[in-house]
Amino acid sequence: MTKITYISHDGTERTVEARDGETVMETAVKNGVPGIDADCGGACACATCHVYVDEAFLAATGKQEEMERSMLDFAENVRPNSRLSCQIKVTPALEGLRVTTPESQH
Amino acid sequence: MDLSSAERIVVVGGGQAGAQAVQSLRQGGYRGGLTLVCGEDVPPYQRPPLSKAYMKGELDTDRLFFRPASWYAAEGIDLKLGVTARNIDRSALTVTLSSGETLAYDALILATGSTPRKLSLPGSDLKGVYDLRGLADADALKPLMMPGARIVIIGAGYIGLEAAAVARQIGLTVTVLELAERVLARVTSPVISEFFTAVHRANGVDVLTGIQTRAIRGAGGRVTGVELADGRILPADLVLAGIGITPADGLAREAGLACSNGILTDRDARTCDPRIFAAGDCAHRPLVHYGRSGRLESVHNAIEQGKLAAAAILGLPRPAEDCPWFWSDQYDLKLQIAGLSQGYDELSVRGDPASRRFAVFYLRAGAVIAADAVNSAPDFLTAKRLIAAGARIAPARLQDTSIPIKDIAALHAA
Repeated sequence: MTKITYISHDGTERTVEARDGETVMETAVKNGVPGIDADCGGACACATCHVYVDEAFLAATGKQEEMERSMLDFAENVRPNSRLSCQIKVTPALEGLRVTTPESQH
Repeated sequence: MDLSSAERIVVVGGGQAGAQAVQSLRQGGYRGGLTLVCGEDVPPYQRPPLSKAYMKGELDTDRLFFRPASWYAAEGIDLKLGVTARNIDRSALTVTLSSGETLAYDALILATGSTPRKLSLPGSDLKGVYDLRGLADADALKPLMMPGARIVIIGAGYIGLEAAAVARQIGLTVTVLELAERVLARVTSPVISEFFTAVHRANGVDVLTGIQTRAIRGAGGRVTGVELADGRILPADLVLAGIGITPADGLAREAGLACSNGILTDRDARTCDPRIFAAGDCAHRPLVHYGRSGRLESVHNAIEQGKLAAAAILGLPRPAEDCPWFWSDQYDLKLQIAGLSQGYDELSVRGDPASRRFAVFYLRAGAVIAADAVNSAPDFLTAKRLIAAGARIAPARLQDTSIPIKDIAALHAA
């Protein structure tokens, strides 16, 4: 189990235990963390699971594949530390991960 | 009718639309009684992975559920599993369930989904003949998808082709039979049909189009083959039928709600009864980008109508209506579809199909109405914007890859 902290747009922090092998998006949805819509269920087809990854963890979240990069290219309020959370697999290397959710996913 | 002071809401149907409706009601601030009636024995789950990652064994069952059962309890949602609605009494404002229980409602959402068309061929009730609609179907089929087994798939729509791709990747011998002259005939153009046929054939799938099936043959109660109208018999250990779905509007019809190819709804997912809404596969709705109405079979539609119904009940502003969109994963290809291409009079191919990264844009009377994008999310996302804007663009510009698609999108930002 790996600890992940989700910070919402208004600054509220929620720390949850994530199962290795699941995605950062699934962990949020399973734990009732608001701010991540995940309309397509993790198929990298909708860009509504957008998060900002804390700089310290960005490299540890792994390589961004081309499909994700393309989808993010068209999302709103994209920053250098933007990721689609359905594409980040939880591993022990992400212990203590902090991500911030945007004000809106649409 | 103002339903914003409703205290008892019942949602019938535990699929994507039903799950979205209860979520949206709670997120919208509704604190009253909320019941979700699910015909299946498990909490609401995602269907798309059943013909993709789940069938390949890459996803555990518990990752399919939208929310764990504990979430419903925490949100005060009475989740009734393995129960269906038997009848609606619209004057008494009650729904009677298969369990015998009667629920009173102030507002009712019908999210009853659809049922797969059954093969009407002789032999279709033999063991080894499946359809793929729900988790139970996937769990029945999965253990039989073994290397070397022979599967005949009837129907070359999304389900058939996704199953074919998975079966080939597992190592079965795969034949796909399609009645129409081309695969995906209902939903796309010949360019895309040809592309996917070629991809499947290159992967070793035997794709036969323009084919009529005469019977399923068996021995000892199990399928042994599929007989074609021309007399050929294809050996088979498994038969999967993916021949379409029909809306589950029986409950609505019996209750006297207006139905025609689904339960008729307005832009707020409301039926002809001001207290009753319908969402998802079971509903027929206005397609605002197309100036007509229709029934959509997609995750996006189910989510959107679930949100529309919840907002209408709570008296909240109507959520945005996105143009219809869809996706299909086959092998390493992601097909993303924006809009509805029926009735196009021009098309424009952007990129080279041989590169396996391209898009086909569809136009009618000069305006972009739809696009099919293969491994090309920027084209898909641009198309959604163009469709929403009713953008008129010369096909020559769309196919000019020296113009970045982002530039075209920027000209039509919503």
